[in-house]
Amino acid sequence: MADSAKNNVEHDVEHDVTHDTKHGVARYVLRTTAVAYLFFLLVLPVGLIVWRTFGDGLGPFLEALTSPSALHAFRVTLVVALWAVVLNTVFGVGAALLLVRHDFPGKRLLGAFIDLPMAVSPVVVGLALILLYGRFSPVGGLLESWGLQVIFSTPGMVLATVFVALPLVVRSVVPVLEELGDEQEQAAHTLGASRLQTFLRITLPGIRSALAYGVVLCLARSLGEYGAVAVVSGRLVDQTQTLTLFVEERFQNFDQPAAFAASTALALLAVVTLLLTRLLRPKD
Amino acid sequence: MGTPDAYGVAMTAETATRTAPPPRAGARRRRRFSGGTALGLGSAVLYLSLIVLIPLALVVVRSADEGPGYFWRAVTTPDAWAALTLTIGASAVVALVNLVLGTLIAWVLVRDRFPGKAIVDTLIDLPFALPTIVAGLVLLALYGPESPLGLNLAYSRAGVGLALLFVTLPFVVRTVQPVLIELDRDMEQAAASLGASPFQTFRRIILPNLVPAMLSGTALAFTRAISEFGSTVLISGNLPFKTQVAAVNIFSQIEGDNTTGAAAISTVLLVVALVALLVLDLLQRWGSRRG
Repeated sequence: MADSAKNNVEHDVEHDVTHDTKHGVARYVLRTTAVAYLFFLLVLPVGLIVWRTFGDGLGPFLEALTSPSALHAFRVTLVVALWAVVLNTVFGVGAALLLVRHDFPGKRLLGAFIDLPMAVSPVVVGLALILLYGRFSPVGGLLESWGLQVIFSTPGMVLATVFVALPLVVRSVVPVLEELGDEQEQAAHTLGASRLQTFLRITLPGIRSALAYGVVLCLARSLGEYGAVAVVSGRLVDQTQTLTLFVEERFQNFDQPAAFAASTALALLAVVTLLLTRLLRPKD
Repeated sequence: MGTPDAYGVAMTAETATRTAPPPRAGARRRRRFSGGTALGLGSAVLYLSLIVLIPLALVVVRSADEGPGYFWRAVTTPDAWAALTLTIGASAVVALVNLVLGTLIAWVLVRDRFPGKAIVDTLIDLPFALPTIVAGLVLLALYGPESPLGLNLAYSRAGVGLALLFVTLPFVVRTVQPVLIELDRDMEQAAASLGASPFQTFRRIILPNLVPAMLSGTALAFTRAISEFGSTVLISGNLPFKTQVAAVNIFSQIEGDNTTGAAAISTVLLVVALVALLVLDLLQRWGSRRG
């Protein structure tokens, strides 16, 4: 279907190019506009930072990224992102199974709630978590009396990251589950497989690449989150500072080389993400 | 992005179970509220409540804590009002630019052929993958005080708009592109053979089919733009009354321990975003009824 449409388009492109020069000029103008816009908005700015980072060779880049503060920020980022990815993956697969394989009242509402984080400003996410888990709220006070500090500490940062990345795994898995259907699962069940066996042997292999796609998206979002984490972390240098917070703090303190180096590292991660999602993206 | 799927998927699942004819198979397939469903649903709702729903509800509750008079005053303090109007105005302009240029880019990606097109296509998603603070920093490097192009947009509203254009780029492109790929070209050829000019064909045949997707993408871009924080922090300079956007205003109120004021502005942002998404949902249904 997609292939035949593509062939059709390509055939027509040739047809138009050879037979309609006026159309050809319009095509050239559109193409130039699109490419120029993307060049000045995306390519040139990102390219400039990479060029400035490596302008004096690889040495300063590595030096800036191996300072104790940078290394600490790396560690905090990794810990928070890994927790967030694990939680969102477990919830994402469970919620997707629930939405596709089960029938219950309020299903549309649940779907809408899962998508809600996309519409919320990261700063509002931070504020919302402070209001529930902050020291001066009943819940936050209770948790703190048990010795669990949420806000200005790792658990709060994990919650904030889980919040902003919540829909990504669910929305990657749902269409594939939908398309797979449940006939094979039913067959396995009839043949005496337990629920866990059915999930591990039938469902999981079926959704593997969609799940990987969702996990990559979720990981990228988690590594790159700034606003929500800025609010709940308290931005304590060498304590709750993630890599994105490190970029901002170094830049405000006129340490451009460190800010540029960390930005370049994050940009490289983004490019890797892009290539991975390109490979994993479900073909339609 | 995800929003339209939610409803579409939920509805197809419903119709699938409803049309299953044999009664016994149907009864088994339905698994109406079995123990497993109840347990799964309970955990999902609990998880969502603890992380998303209760915290967000508390924002709305806190905004009304001191009565409607206080809410109104918090939203209309000169700096908060300036931030809100700037945010909504700039987001509307940015959404419109996306409507035109996003559609144009989608068109070029689907209908044109040139070397490096696959790279351009991949690049479109860069703003989704790049952390927003890095987006702000790279824009500031090229369009800031040390601009090699001699173009300094730092601490100006144009700089805010630029940051918003960067982060919202993929929305319209990625909603229009699949529709354009699926579009049946027979009608266009028929129109052309009946003597329609390329412009007429575009306006009468192609555009009506694209409008629902174009508007959906625009609504998503608008929603994203009004809530944007990270990319505007560095390039805007956060000058109250001039370049401070609503999210930054909320941030500075939280830092100043005025959570009630912050909650009031947050509530306004939430309501505007929900209205935009509601419009999006209506557009989606309108689109699927036409298609």
